[in-house]
Amino acid sequence: MTIERREKRQGAALVAPALLWTLVFFAVPFAGMAIMSLAHLEGREIVQGFDLGNYLRIFTDPSFRRGIFVSLEITLTVTVISVLLAWPLAWIIATRVPERWRRMALLIAVLPFWTSYVVRSYSWALVLGEKGVVNNALIGLGLLSEPIQIMATRAATVTGFVHFFVMLLTLTIYSNLIQLSPNYARAAMDLGASRWQVIRLVILPLTLPGVMTGAFLTFVLCIGDYITPQILGGNNELSLPQLIMMQLGRRGDYPMASALSVVLMAIVTLAYAASARWLKMERL
Amino acid sequence: MRILSWAYLIALFTFILLPVGVLVVFSFQDGRLPVPPFKGATLEWYASVLADRALMEALLNSMIVALISAAVSLTLGFLAASGLARVVLPGSVLMRGVLIAPMTVSYLIVALGLLQMFGKIGVRPSLLATGIGHVVINLPLCFAIIYASIGEHQKNALKAARDLGAREWQVLWLVAAPMLLPSLAAAYFLAFTFSWDEFIIAFLLTRFDVTLPVEIWSMLRSGLSPETNAVGSLVFLVSIVIVVALELLLFRKGAK
Repeated sequence: MTIERREKRQGAALVAPALLWTLVFFAVPFAGMAIMSLAHLEGREIVQGFDLGNYLRIFTDPSFRRGIFVSLEITLTVTVISVLLAWPLAWIIATRVPERWRRMALLIAVLPFWTSYVVRSYSWALVLGEKGVVNNALIGLGLLSEPIQIMATRAATVTGFVHFFVMLLTLTIYSNLIQLSPNYARAAMDLGASRWQVIRLVILPLTLPGVMTGAFLTFVLCIGDYITPQILGGNNELSLPQLIMMQLGRRGDYPMASALSVVLMAIVTLAYAASARWLKMERL
Repeated sequence: MRILSWAYLIALFTFILLPVGVLVVFSFQDGRLPVPPFKGATLEWYASVLADRALMEALLNSMIVALISAAVSLTLGFLAASGLARVVLPGSVLMRGVLIAPMTVSYLIVALGLLQMFGKIGVRPSLLATGIGHVVINLPLCFAIIYASIGEHQKNALKAARDLGAREWQVLWLVAAPMLLPSLAAAYFLAFTFSWDEFIIAFLLTRFDVTLPVEIWSMLRSGLSPETNAVGSLVFLVSIVIVVALELLLFRKGAK
């Protein structure tokens, strides 16, 4: 046996456990789910078949179709708002905050990461509720006479999401910004660009890969999340993950839950394909 | 521009810190509802949290699942990364793709797939099932972090160790592991955090022994309560202590 072949055999042996784990506990269940999505429910019995009935229902039944649109709308809104809020924050921390406070500022900007995800959504319920801090403050200031309904609306879901993703995006954009050499800005200034032009024409395009990577991450995490819409959005309009959980709970309709999951997965794959040329996943 | 910058900074920091601030303040609420007005401070809710058997058990369960699943993810990820960094295998690119794939899939989908498979082969919902799910989501992360940190320099060192007659386990344990320690620590810490905080997989794959996020979730059903605030604040406090400790231990060491 040549050395090279021995090397290859040993290398393969090292990769094997992880590969096996991923195949057994990820690829196989996923394939099982894809097969399950072609089955249907008769009474409480799952009848395995090979029909596309579930998918047909998803795209014709208004409540399912609505779910897809709700999820897409919320996710796109959240992604856009989060990027718009996070970019200036990251830029200010990277360029305006004095260097010895920079680490501190970044730490504060992501501080709420360290409480649990479920609790973070819950604390927005405290802030946005009928008797919550926001309503209290607005009434106290005389801007409102009656509390307004924020909880259990899309606004609450979006707020909860934006809160989380602003932190995430600030991190990714910040790490992008501090890797840029200050010479780019200096050169542009020397050539007569105004400060605003430097940001718009030089810095912004240079951070585009980081922004796109963060935005893609936001999209994926946001569209698949069950917790935030469930706690803050209530049951007035259901997102895709809420619909999936509902299939499991009410009737044990695993075939439908599986079909919806496959659709969710397809949406993420499409989003990836659409943004792939800007993504640099290895830079995360 | 300067004033605008500071105003923006303050506005965004307020937005970011507001919910956590409200959470912590009203965990001391001397009353049944954690909303304004603040009626005075009490530690009653913290006492009732610490006396809550179910919560403390859930906390312990979360700790066990996170410690073990992060260790398994780290081990598998480390072995795979050193294997793939070592030689170019036929299908290397495909293998990397397979290992990373779970990262792009919602946790809900991972959970649903496992739930159905375990149901079929008769594995009951349990902490073990949850732990398996957590390794599925954390393995790609550990692999990616460690793989990214193995550069040419590291590869040469490993090759040198092998040429000098080190056995495979010696190369991994005595050369690779110490050399990659910072990224191993980072990977373990991240995997631990994600498992500790993970909800949907644990929700679907546990039944009687639940983890902390699932227990908190069931507390939410009874509406707003200062007790939930107190749990949240405690989790927050513990995480901050761990982060600061790690920062002092790892970061300071690295800086020297």
